[in-house]
Amino acid sequence: MKGLPVLCLLLWTCAVYLVGIYLFVGGFLLVRLEVNRTSTCGDVLEPGEEPVDFCRARPRFRRAVVLIIDALKIDFARFDPSKSDPRPYENKLPVLEETLSSKPSQSRLYPFRADPPTTTMQRIKGFTTGSLPTFVDVGNNFASSAILEDNLIHQLGQMGKRVVFMGDDTWESLFPKKFHRSLPFPSFNVKDLHTVDNGILQHLYTTMVGDSWDVLVAHFLGVDHCGHRFGPDHPAMADKLTQMDRVIRSVIDRLQNDTLLVLMGDHGMTDTGDHGGESQKETDAALFLYSPSPIFPGPPSQMDPDVVPQTDLVPTLALLLGIPIPYSSVGQVLLPLFHPPGVAGGAVGGLSQLEALWINVKQVNRFLETYSGMAKDIAPESLSQLKEQFARISSDYLSSVREGRPPSAQLASSLQAYLTAVRDTCRATWARFNPLKMAAGLAILGFACLMCFVLSELSLPLIQEAGAGLKAPAAVALAAGASVAAAQLLTRGHAEAAWCLAAGAFCSELFFFWTARRLNAPAVLKNGTKAGKSGRWLTARRLLVPPLVVPLLRCASLLSDSYVIAEGRVVTFLLFSLALYIPIHLNWDGLLLPPSPDPLKTAGLLPSPALSPSTVRKESCALLACSGLLIGSLFLSLSFHGCREEQGLCQPSPFLSSLSRLQDSQIKNLHYILSVVSLGICTYLLRHCLCHYGNLNASGGAVFAARWVLPLLSVCLGLHWAVSATPEDSFRNLAELIRLAQLALPRAAFCLLGLGLGLIWLDPLTVFVKARAAGSARGAHLPPPRYRASTGISPQAELHHLIPQIYQRMRRSLEDGEPAGGGGEADGRPAVEAYGLGTVYSAPLLLFGGLLGIGLLLLHPEGMAASFLLLLLEMGALLYIHASSITLSGLQGAYSGGFNVPWTPVVLWSLAATQFFHATGHLPTFPSIQWSAAFVGFPNGHTGTIVPASLVTLNTFASHILFAVSCPLLLFWPLVCEVRGSRGGRGGGEDGEDAVMEMRLRENPQQFSSALLQLSTRYLFILGAQVFSSVCAAAILRRHLMVWKVFAPKLMFEASGFLMSCLFLLVGVTLVLRVDVAVGRWFKRLVPDASR
Amino acid sequence: MWDHEIRAMASTHAIIASSVFMATVLLAVFVPGFSVYGMHLLWIYAVSGAVTAVSVSVFWLLGISPPTKKHTLGYKLSRLFRSCLYFLLSCLFFHTVVVLYGAPLIESALETFSLSVLLTSLTTLRCLCVLGPHVQAWIRVFSRHGAMSVWDTALQITVACTLIGAWLGAFPIPLDWDRPWQVWPVSCSVGAMIGYLTGLVAAPAWIHYHRKHLTYKCK
Repeated sequence: MKGLPVLCLLLWTCAVYLVGIYLFVGGFLLVRLEVNRTSTCGDVLEPGEEPVDFCRARPRFRRAVVLIIDALKIDFARFDPSKSDPRPYENKLPVLEETLSSKPSQSRLYPFRADPPTTTMQRIKGFTTGSLPTFVDVGNNFASSAILEDNLIHQLGQMGKRVVFMGDDTWESLFPKKFHRSLPFPSFNVKDLHTVDNGILQHLYTTMVGDSWDVLVAHFLGVDHCGHRFGPDHPAMADKLTQMDRVIRSVIDRLQNDTLLVLMGDHGMTDTGDHGGESQKETDAALFLYSPSPIFPGPPSQMDPDVVPQTDLVPTLALLLGIPIPYSSVGQVLLPLFHPPGVAGGAVGGLSQLEALWINVKQVNRFLETYSGMAKDIAPESLSQLKEQFARISSDYLSSVREGRPPSAQLASSLQAYLTAVRDTCRATWARFNPLKMAAGLAILGFACLMCFVLSELSLPLIQEAGAGLKAPAAVALAAGASVAAAQLLTRGHAEAAWCLAAGAFCSELFFFWTARRLNAPAVLKNGTKAGKSGRWLTARRLLVPPLVVPLLRCASLLSDSYVIAEGRVVTFLLFSLALYIPIHLNWDGLLLPPSPDPLKTAGLLPSPALSPSTVRKESCALLACSGLLIGSLFLSLSFHGCREEQGLCQPSPFLSSLSRLQDSQIKNLHYILSVVSLGICTYLLRHCLCHYGNLNASGGAVFAARWVLPLLSVCLGLHWAVSATPEDSFRNLAELIRLAQLALPRAAFCLLGLGLGLIWLDPLTVFVKARAAGSARGAHLPPPRYRASTGISPQAELHHLIPQIYQRMRRSLEDGEPAGGGGEADGRPAVEAYGLGTVYSAPLLLFGGLLGIGLLLLHPEGMAASFLLLLLEMGALLYIHASSITLSGLQGAYSGGFNVPWTPVVLWSLAATQFFHATGHLPTFPSIQWSAAFVGFPNGHTGTIVPASLVTLNTFASHILFAVSCPLLLFWPLVCEVRGSRGGRGGGEDGEDAVMEMRLRENPQQFSSALLQLSTRYLFILGAQVFSSVCAAAILRRHLMVWKVFAPKLMFEASGFLMSCLFLLVGVTLVLRVDVAVGRWFKRLVPDASR
Repeated sequence: MWDHEIRAMASTHAIIASSVFMATVLLAVFVPGFSVYGMHLLWIYAVSGAVTAVSVSVFWLLGISPPTKKHTLGYKLSRLFRSCLYFLLSCLFFHTVVVLYGAPLIESALETFSLSVLLTSLTTLRCLCVLGPHVQAWIRVFSRHGAMSVWDTALQITVACTLIGAWLGAFPIPLDWDRPWQVWPVSCSVGAMIGYLTGLVAAPAWIHYHRKHLTYKCK
């Protein structure tokens, strides 16, 4: 068999997919490293060289009220009295205009520009840390959403200021335990316009009047929710804004002289009321500043900026309140709020404009140095430019301070220019989607899916001439990549790896399509009768069959947030539908029931294939029973699901919590027994299956693994659960032992797993050979051999799972030149018997998957053992359904697809992977990752990050891994079960075929390779289509309210799941090829033995 | 070729469909504050009852039902009893399937059972009327060459349409639109009903267009 081309084609397909994903994700997900340092009062930021305690100075304002009205767009805040017929959202906040005109030196209104992503949580992060949050802020702490970077709230707390918060409960999760007093209200229900606002209003005024606060943060959500529900152009919005107008009035009335009012929106909204994207309507919010005492030098002047970036609020507020600027802020102080150089400080204290700017510049420069030391994502040339700029202005500034001369006006502007340059650089690095990369990624992914489909349809001709056809795409890809790299080097001086990869992938795809066209054409020409059929493999009729409609529905469901939230149930529903479809479809084709003896059929076309009513009935019963098993395990698996926070009335499965957390000891024992029993059944089933097909008779590595490693692993696991479930204080005197066991047992299990997998890899053969003379004494549990000479070319003999005589056929195919000199065999007495040869391919694979499954179970909570048992049962049911339906079709002559696996089982297989992703308690959200997996066997934590990361990955994608590894079983199982059919046929007196089982594959190596390739590409196609559609969802819905909560995490999980599936599918296929090589060697060794 | 049967079938279907509408309209007139969503169970039972009564009487009058071999009263009674039993069993069967599909097991068992009653009266009842209480015959009808008369083909079409309608009806349930018809089991039963009505229209039309190609084995 041609193993290498299959592997190379698969590798290449996976690589193309991954390049597409990489490209898209690179343009879509913005990654930034978090700097976990905090500013302190002792930081040397003052003009002089000597350290000054910065916080001791008297701040400009003692207190501040920060009113955040979610989605307060700048258009809502402006007032245009000339409008006679204002829209519902216009002119509804007259208080701002009144204040601005009557007290120009106390108030200002600015457009307040947010950075994308314009979602509330990211914005809160933005205007408290002063940095540009991205979707993935890589920090130390993935599990909670708390902000670890230095921020205003933290600094205020450090300074002893009492921060009182009320409103949107997002703040509470971002700043847990940071507030002096906190009154969060649930923000989840978008339909609810009033809960949060009314909750705030109940407390706002009483709190303001009292004296137990320094900074008051109130976050109103009504306007945002009103936008989401009705859109801005709706009377409800007018009501809401009018309410806000009253609120602002009352707050202004209650302000004291030393208090600053900051009224702001965190982002804007589109005309439909959505936000999240980067259009100006979404980014431009309003910022209104007011104080009862004059804060501005006069009415708005040239000095005032047109637009205030959101990050600028952070340094401004920090310096006005006399706290250090948060460490990673890249904002720039709002100059009009500080007194200009000529004017002395006057009555109120505070910094001059230049001092404020200098402090700001020093802080930003310090952050930039720290960040560029940690991460390399800022372009080096711009970095060096910024450094140069800083050196110049700092020397200017210091010299002017030292000499005491008044600083030039130019200096202020160059300081400002520096700050702007830094912010622009950072923004270019962190806060912008890259639509070109996203589009390129989408295109490559789309083509890769199409390519997979074509590959699966043309697998046979491709394999037939793959030797020549493979090098060309690789060469094309390399050439394209290299040329793009060269072009980039020439024009821009440096090459970006992403684009080179993209060019390579894209060109190789195009080249493949060209090759496929060429391959398809001769196929059409060769068999003229089938020309029409093979030319039209993309017609609607072939695509609109249920097995392809179901994945289509699945992909479509990824585009809706409701369906993604309910994904576990959606997938189960679809699986269930497809499982019901199989028997219904078979019945529709008249294959499920034995055909009635009616005259039309017997006179007809069928050359009466081997079919007896009893066989058909037996197969049908098996099929229905397996369908029942499948449906039952589908139903039971629903009880293992976890809950997303969006699903309001949902109880997470009781099996998800680990045993040690259960209080009631009776329930604990019950759970433990259930888990151990499930584990035992899993192990027993695996062993029984191997034993049944005679794979446990040999003495090789794989058999050793099956006999000893598998049970030992299970025992280890059971003991580990028992130990980890013991309460801390119940066995005091054994505490040391328990601690040791907690460390040793899982590690022993890991070692056993490694040993088992390694043994299977090294010696995958599970065939037991014995000479004819030994008789069947060894196989006592097997029925005695029966021999039967047939009229065929070779003597035929068959036995239950015992395939003698195979080597004769093999010898013919191996040494075709040599005359088959087995004169001794002509008498119908085979010289060699081999147990387990019929399942030589599937046994190691099954064992590999089983060992891996038990190993992965180790990383899960104990209760999941039952879920893994269901997984095994469902896998078995799927395999048997597939085998039975093939046998039924084959028995009645309706199926003649060689070894090809039809779409239905592949679709079922891939959907089952997703289904068990949910049924093992996982969800495509970051908070639901089971972090405890990282501490299995490492209870004291880790030093590196690779081991915990890989453990968590293995835990999260366990079902993807298991289904991908065992995917080739779909190819083998009909052959494994073939013996049942022919046995039945023999019982009915029919002339059944040989029980050759998987040896058929060796007889047709080319068909074997093509079927393997087809199966893998079909599986990859279904998975790839899912990735493609979730990528589409993320790209199309990047302004959707739920993009960062639902679609982006879904994309990450889908992409990582695909990566793991690819990896382990390749492992599975490689294992099959490894077995094939071993079988080939075995035959070579056997033939001289036998002829001796 | 089948003109007579097609005409009979079209009128039968028209009568059944009008009975569905009549049941709904009568409810709306006589029950104060009636709406299909608000009093859904009432609607389901009314419609099921109407369809059952009308189908049984129409098919009995038309004489579609397979001829009984014996004419003794006892045989007829046992047939009636078997039919009732099958009706009940089919309700339970549909209930199980719907629960396996993901309907809540305990909470809204009454709603689920009502849906299964509706499905039974739309599908199984017709099987009973056309084929009599023979499960073997039912299974055989749903295969490519299983139809033995125009009525069997119509049966295939209506049953498939009803079930597909109910299946499609489950799609809007997870959406977060908060509409009254997304409540379990409104969308499914309405979907099933729409599918059934579609099937009633589609069956004679399909048979009419394919009348040249339809061949049936003799019974």
